[in-house]
Amino acid sequence: MIVIKSLKVDLDDFLLRDVNLDIKSGEYFIILGPTGAGKTVLLEAIAGLHPVLEGEIWVDGREITEQSPEKREIGIVYQDQVLFPHLTAEENIAFGLKLRKCSKRETKAKVDTMAEIVGIPHLLKRNPATLSGGEKQKVALARALVTEPKVLLLDEPLSALDPEARERMQGELREMHRRVKVTIIHVTHDFEEAVALGHRVAVLNDGSIVQVGTPEEFLRHPSSEFVARFALSRNIFSGKVVGAEGGCAFVDIGGVRVMAATESKGEVRLSLRPEDILISKEPLQSTARNSFQGTVSNVADRGSVVYVTVALPPDFYPTKSQILRGPLDFTCLITRQAFEELGLRMGVRIWITFKASAIHVF
Amino acid sequence: MSKTSIRTKPDSMSVVFIVLGTLILLFIFVPLLKTIFSSSPGTLWNTLLEAEIYSSILLTIYAALIATLIGLFLGVPLAYILARHEFRGKRFLEGLIDVPIVMPHSAVGVALLFVFGSKFLLGGFLNSIGIGFVDRVSAIVLAMMFVSVPFLIDSAKEGFKAVDVRLEKVARTLGASPWRSFSQVSLPLAWRSIFSGSVLMWARGFSEFGAVYIVAGHVSFFGYHPVAAPILVTELFESPGGLGAAQPVTVLLILICLIAFVALRTAAFGRVKT
Repeated sequence: MIVIKSLKVDLDDFLLRDVNLDIKSGEYFIILGPTGAGKTVLLEAIAGLHPVLEGEIWVDGREITEQSPEKREIGIVYQDQVLFPHLTAEENIAFGLKLRKCSKRETKAKVDTMAEIVGIPHLLKRNPATLSGGEKQKVALARALVTEPKVLLLDEPLSALDPEARERMQGELREMHRRVKVTIIHVTHDFEEAVALGHRVAVLNDGSIVQVGTPEEFLRHPSSEFVARFALSRNIFSGKVVGAEGGCAFVDIGGVRVMAATESKGEVRLSLRPEDILISKEPLQSTARNSFQGTVSNVADRGSVVYVTVALPPDFYPTKSQILRGPLDFTCLITRQAFEELGLRMGVRIWITFKASAIHVF
Repeated sequence: MSKTSIRTKPDSMSVVFIVLGTLILLFIFVPLLKTIFSSSPGTLWNTLLEAEIYSSILLTIYAALIATLIGLFLGVPLAYILARHEFRGKRFLEGLIDVPIVMPHSAVGVALLFVFGSKFLLGGFLNSIGIGFVDRVSAIVLAMMFVSVPFLIDSAKEGFKAVDVRLEKVARTLGASPWRSFSQVSLPLAWRSIFSGSVLMWARGFSEFGAVYIVAGHVSFFGYHPVAAPILVTELFESPGGLGAAQPVTVLLILICLIAFVALRTAAFGRVKT
């Protein structure tokens, strides 16, 4: 468990202030914030690599605010250029073990186990210069994890990767966390990444934490314009794969069964862009696999476009007991012209339609 | 020049620059080559066998080496501090370090005498405990060090700057003390720059005339009484033999410096990992 109390850190041109965080053991915790919000410095302060002006940092009931970094047992993985270029992948991973005077045999065993966990046993003899961005990140992860740190800090670990590698790495990070069960603090500016990986997310803006909560809480109750902007950009749902058919999966997302083009199984999260949802008065005859009736529950006017929130299923609206069960909100983006032609307003019953391939499963 | 530029017609500016560049290269290499090839290998060998000559060359190699080792011990930590920390007056300090490069070297010799000469504070103390300075090997070492250590400090500083500070930070989180992080990450990654700075420092010390001339003439060195090699060249030149007498030693000195630089290029840049 890691507790941060009223932390204040000098960032040269501004201050990181009043940072209070309470992170559980084994939690995958995300700190989300725009570039330049001081995310890296916050991590370095936690690791003891950046001086702290005020406040306290506690790990497992012990205060470490004044402790030197090598005694903290907190590992860090930076965004890029992170491997020791004069050492092979294997020597990189063994670096911390050598400092701990592990025997050769023990070192080799631990390095091999960790290489297997992050999926790089075939790369151990390689020189870092010959590795791809994703491979370097895995070596860096293994290097940090092999010393069995109490906390692992990840500084934008996916940002330097190309989109395909990023998505793959995201899955691998989740899998790694499932196996190693280390407490992770991961900073990112990517909302989808935060939602995909984080048990809980803290939003950092203008030098302080503006909201902490689960991804679902964020989407339901964005506490600030800054968070709302993130939340409007995607529909995110948690669900469970309940069946599959021809390369598509049926995912139950809380009473509604949607069809998504994915091979995933078990617990998943889905994201759907607001602009990928069609709104119509009558059910549409089309190739799109998902069509549902709902009720307009909110309208956000943005000038030439309008964000229309549709609550599913329609019968949940508007009695109180049903609201407690929580309607599924789909945010849809349509033009002002379409909005007016359809005569949309709060409480109107309409149909939403989207393709199975428009759903991104992560 | 890139491969594609071969096809395109060179513009007038490139032509002029190439001609001017060739002139300066000729200016540097013609005297060197002319001197080297005007002595037969036999003459050079015989010259090398003269006690006055070989003791002088060995003395100079030895003194420059000691100066470089002291420079490494004292200069590398300074270089690291300058590469890693920002503080008030840092620019001024960096300028100050380079002053020996621009100072007249005879003035360096005089300045050293004002501190280490037997009439002065530190020199008097050293004299009283038996470590004399003037006309000793130690005087040559200090004079060489003074004029050449900026090359080592500057080069090592650039080397440390090129090491990503996050690598040191990662090492710390993995359990390395500042000492270990320095010796296992910063130092190995900067060593090429430190090494090439050392060769440069050694070569500069080896070639020093002015400062050495002021602080030390003939010194006692393993039973011989040589002068530093650059001074020997001057002495021979001023002897009745004149230019002809100075020439073989000059060739030897040029060759030694060339060897040093070939060593520098191959060792420091030959196996660069990309």
